Amino acid sequence: MASITENAAPDKNRSMADEIVGFIVMAVLLAVVPFTGIYPYFVMQALCFALFACAFNLLIGYSGLLSFGHSMFLGTAGYFTAYTLKLWGVPPAVGVLIGVAAAAVLSVITGAIAIRRQGIYFAMITLALSQLMFFIYLRAPFTGGEDGIQGIPQGTLFWVLDLSHTNTLYYVVVAVFLLAFLLIYRIVNSPFGEVLKAIRENEPRAISLGYKVDQYKLLAFILSGTLAGLAGSMKMFVTQNASLTDVHWTMSGEVVLMTLVGGLGTSFGPVVGAFIIVAMQQYLASFGQWVMVMQGAVFIICVLTFRRGIVGEIAHYFKRSL
Amino acid sequence: MLEATAPLLDVKGLHAWYGESHILHGMDFHVRPGEVVTLLGRNGAGKSTTLKSIMGIIGKRRGSVMFEGHETIQLPSDRIARLGVAFCPEERGIFASLDVKENLLLPPAIRPGGMPVERIFDLFPNLKERLTSQGTKLSGGEQQMLAIARILRTGARFLMLDEPTEGLAPVIIQQIGRTISRLKAEGFTILLVEQNFRFAADLADRFYVVEHGQVIDTFASGELEANMQKLHHYLGV
Amino acid sequence: MQALYGQLLVGLINGSFYALLSLGLAVIFGMLEIINFAHGALYMIGAFTAYFLLQYGGLNYWWALLLAPLIVGAFGMLLERTLLRRLKGLDPLYGLLLTFGLALVIQGVFQNYFGSAGMPYAIPDQLRGGVNLGFMYLPIYRGWVVIVSLVVCIATWYLIERTRLGAYLRAATENPTLVRAFGINVPLTITLTYGLGVGLAALAGVLSAPINQVGPLMGADLIIVVFAVVVIGGMGSIMGSVITGFALGVIEGLTKYFYPEASNTVVFVLMVLVLLVKPTGLTGRAN
Repeated sequence: MASITENAAPDKNRSMADEIVGFIVMAVLLAVVPFTGIYPYFVMQALCFALFACAFNLLIGYSGLLSFGHSMFLGTAGYFTAYTLKLWGVPPAVGVLIGVAAAAVLSVITGAIAIRRQGIYFAMITLALSQLMFFIYLRAPFTGGEDGIQGIPQGTLFWVLDLSHTNTLYYVVVAVFLLAFLLIYRIVNSPFGEVLKAIRENEPRAISLGYKVDQYKLLAFILSGTLAGLAGSMKMFVTQNASLTDVHWTMSGEVVLMTLVGGLGTSFGPVVGAFIIVAMQQYLASFGQWVMVMQGAVFIICVLTFRRGIVGEIAHYFKRSL
Repeated sequence: MLEATAPLLDVKGLHAWYGESHILHGMDFHVRPGEVVTLLGRNGAGKSTTLKSIMGIIGKRRGSVMFEGHETIQLPSDRIARLGVAFCPEERGIFASLDVKENLLLPPAIRPGGMPVERIFDLFPNLKERLTSQGTKLSGGEQQMLAIARILRTGARFLMLDEPTEGLAPVIIQQIGRTISRLKAEGFTILLVEQNFRFAADLADRFYVVEHGQVIDTFASGELEANMQKLHHYLGV
Repeated sequence: MQALYGQLLVGLINGSFYALLSLGLAVIFGMLEIINFAHGALYMIGAFTAYFLLQYGGLNYWWALLLAPLIVGAFGMLLERTLLRRLKGLDPLYGLLLTFGLALVIQGVFQNYFGSAGMPYAIPDQLRGGVNLGFMYLPIYRGWVVIVSLVVCIATWYLIERTRLGAYLRAATENPTLVRAFGINVPLTITLTYGLGVGLAALAGVLSAPINQVGPLMGADLIIVVFAVVVIGGMGSIMGSVITGFALGVIEGLTKYFYPEASNTVVFVLMVLVLLVKPTGLTGRAN
């Protein structure tokens, strides 16, 4: 049966050179954005989602686990960061740490529950858990309910970087994104990552080889959730707004879409996919609910005819690993 | 050999693949109406694959499989079944989610003249007692009877039996042997795959030896004794 | 006490929908190995079909009960033939993704034309009013919903477990290749099965129309709860899905009475508990 991660570059042909080049290109492109006419806020938003998608991809692309509830990490970290920044007045770095920690704790708890099943069931369970969190946040006073938390202060990072200054914030976001991207890359290409891939390819065999498969999957889940939380925390500085949208199932669906469009199991796919979907939403904002229809159509088309995603197709065509 | 009657089944140049594996490399053989023909060969020679290819349940096939004058190589398996080909797989394929009666009645009648249920119970009396049992609760021998019984109801006159005696006790094997003899006497045409050479030798009119997905030799039942040594060599016994 | 019985009734009604929808999901999953995320959207289409039949066709509720499942079921069969069939041989997760996309398309289209609000659909005259049972007042329509759901669930169970047609379905679920080799048109069986599952969802939609408003969002949150129901119940048995559905509805109703804040989440919490104790679900076989 063609696995959902058939896309992933075969390890034998893996050439780090391609990906290093790709990373440098990406970093350079991002660095020059403020000098072009491109709106930095758009890029910052896209980068937050790109990080979200990369974190999601860690789970599906390399561990073969499709989480349909990843918004719970994005939103949880966002709410905790937003609340502490606004109502406790903590410095930005502390706010981010708190948000990320909250997401990490949530991922430990939900991971321990969800890992008990695989495949379809895992997806349904993560969706249900995310919905549970949605309803909790809907009622919890600290989230501001349907109004959310607005006017989040950006503050000064490390006492010197004034984040209310657009370009400063921009480069901070870029830096965080690039570092996180490298971290994910490092995880995927470590011995731990190799075991994950082995589990994805043939779980019974990994078990028979003595690997404690559940522990590996749980750890991957925790890493994925925590990094998704980092994206959520960062987003608070960009949008200055935390709302229920960030924990809604449509948000979980969007990160799946971004990764699918960009290419499951590729390094750059989630980044490309995130930029495309965010751009699409900006462009089509005036079309109201047609955005949802379009996204649905893209899902259908991708699943039927375009399973490798953009980066996956490029990588496949040029026989490279991206 | 008399070539007077046209073959019921005529296989020419049949190639078949399981995924990437090329299993059959050009099978050529035929079965005439009323005959019992056996495919012999070692494990992995491609005997089961041949039956599955004829039935149309293998991945990829090329070549020609003519049944009663119809070319079937491109047809889906349900069309082939409705032409009158009945298949009893090696693993028997008794459905666990059906009881014995449902298993028995499952294959639809594809032609008039299917064996009525009373006659089936004549041939296989054990089944009558076990009608409400869950299909897979039957013993191996009973499951084999059921697998044969259910295709007799359909009216198909051409039966393909894949290793019907595998894993069964000698007494059951005899019973199955008697059953196949009776079917032969009633004019069924049977293509048999069997490892149990003795069993096949008693029943078959002709034999084909299969190796590496090709027919490498053929005998009539009368020529068996003369070719015993050759056969031992082929089958590696 | 009245309030408690009132909530129990609401719980039974919600349970009816959970049962009908999880039944449809289980039937579809058994045959197609696809988790039909579009199930909620198809339930919504069922309700809208009843609405359209009344608004534009002058056909009342009773016609809708008959026609909506047929129409939406036919639409479902079209979807299976054109889209879902191409998923054969792929990882089942793709099925989830594709049907998710389908759900988005359907919901998005309806939201575009009808906004997010719901439209009213009147209770049919014959089912108006209520009966005083002594310990509570039973609105007739609500009793009707529960009874129809029970009857349909039991009828579906009977169809699948006790009839010849059901034997074909069960066999084709177990070993489609062999069933096809007996001369049965298995692809057609699969299409019809999807149609049946969708028809059940549409029927639930029609039943729901007079109670809940007919709106584009009515299936969205519901499907996620039904997923949780399915995880709790396992998809191993039809009766299991049905009983779990009704039971969870009742539990949800009781929660609404004793601890209202948790009523939205109790099913999910129960799912967590079941997963901790019996991961394969109450009736499920090992995954």
